[in-house]
Amino acid sequence: MNKLINFFKRFLMLELFQGMSVTGRYFFARHITVEYPDEKTPQGFRFRGLHAQRRYPNGEERCIACKLCEAVCPALAIKIEVAERADGSRRTTRYDIDLTKCIFCGFCEESCPVDAIVETRIYEYHGENRGDLYYTKDRLLAVGDANEAQIAKDRALDAKYR
Amino acid sequence: MMELLQTVHQMGEDLLGAAWLPVWTVVKILAIVLPIMGSVAYYTLAERKVLGFMQVRPGPNRVGYWGLLQPVADGIKLLLKEVIVPSQANKFLFLAAPVMALVPALAAWAVVPFFDGGTLADVNAGLLYLLAMTSLGVYGIIIAGWASNSKYAFLGALRSAAQIVSYELAMGFALVCVLLAAQSMNLGDIVRGQQSEYGLFGWYWVPLLPMFVVYFIAGVAETNRSTFDLGVDEGGIVAGFHTEYSGMGFALFFLAEYANMILISALTVVFFLGGYLNPFHGWGVLGELTDNIPGLVWMLAKMSIFLFIFLWLRATFPRYRYDQLMRLGWKVFIPLTLIWVVVVAAWMQTSWWVW
Repeated sequence: MNKLINFFKRFLMLELFQGMSVTGRYFFARHITVEYPDEKTPQGFRFRGLHAQRRYPNGEERCIACKLCEAVCPALAIKIEVAERADGSRRTTRYDIDLTKCIFCGFCEESCPVDAIVETRIYEYHGENRGDLYYTKDRLLAVGDANEAQIAKDRALDAKYR
Repeated sequence: MMELLQTVHQMGEDLLGAAWLPVWTVVKILAIVLPIMGSVAYYTLAERKVLGFMQVRPGPNRVGYWGLLQPVADGIKLLLKEVIVPSQANKFLFLAAPVMALVPALAAWAVVPFFDGGTLADVNAGLLYLLAMTSLGVYGIIIAGWASNSKYAFLGALRSAAQIVSYELAMGFALVCVLLAAQSMNLGDIVRGQQSEYGLFGWYWVPLLPMFVVYFIAGVAETNRSTFDLGVDEGGIVAGFHTEYSGMGFALFFLAEYANMILISALTVVFFLGGYLNPFHGWGVLGELTDNIPGLVWMLAKMSIFLFIFLWLRATFPRYRYDQLMRLGWKVFIPLTLIWVVVVAAWMQTSWWVW
């Protein structure tokens, strides 16, 4: 008897029609694709995008050249050289991040005692020449200056979890 | 519609005399082939859209509004690409194969009635001609596979050829049932034989329902479409018989495949769903209201249903395993069609045959 039922089930292609009804239903479902250049997905305040160097409100750069970020960087993407500035403070003469090496783990910003190196929400950037993705201190500071408002807001949101 | 054609025909004859016949034939051929080429182009877009929608994504929508210029962009891309002939390939056969695939797919349209009397060649052996033409398509595939001098192309060609030949039998037997029911091999007569006062219940899909299903499934196998696309199994043998083709060579295979799909849809409609007939004919008020809709509209509407089903199948089912494919063809379809031929033949001798 079971065999007979099975035979008719296969002969009438019931399960095939079941499968087709599933795809048929989804044909009328609203598509869930985010059409990227026109639409964007929401970002969290801990988003780890392009790096930036920050300054204090008085214009002084935050970085004190402690080299913790260089030490923690698992991809060895950060290169720092240090010298004493005329006013006697310890400052970097060179602070480079090679974004082609960087894995965007966020350890550098975690390790920074003065919140100098941060990762911003910027992810739409590119380089057209070799070296375009090698960010020097000037470029990092420029990114920080341009996006300070957003960076400060994100740090404030994250502060209570630290 | 016929009156209009008749007037044009008369005018031409008066104008050109004996030279009119070839001109008129070429005009008719163009009137069939050009819309088919256009539909093939837009059928590829429809396929990608339908697959996209069934996978809850929008499909191509960047080129033109709603992606409507996508086929144009694809066509230009394929036209501009280089046709690469593999170094050890048989050059003549390699270049001839795509043509061999496309020509039968287009030639078969000659006997399809688009509306009452709307056939290019109203031959009495139309059914035989169709079987011959759809069988010829396999040469393009075999030649392509052999001439490419590539093991993947060769394997794909062998698979396709064996598959097409197997399903041709079931298809032929299904058509024998139609032939029995209509008592004619003229496609126009087959459609006219389905005309009745019962609308769509007078068509041959009612007495020949199993054959209708078998014919369409065999048609899917004939055109090498998924779920029967073993010949172009991209997971197993790269791209099957057209592995080595690029540019226009590939485009011609593409055109042939889609033209064949449209052809199978048209033939299924002609044989089982009353071709250009009104499905509501004789249904009281509804029948009277819809009787004025031209036959061509009904024909195209019915065809588009089957074209959609082709895509629906592709979106739903995984690819058949080769032994299962052969099992279905030889151990299910052929016995079933053979039995149904006998059933129909016996049925027609009784008074219960009302079609």
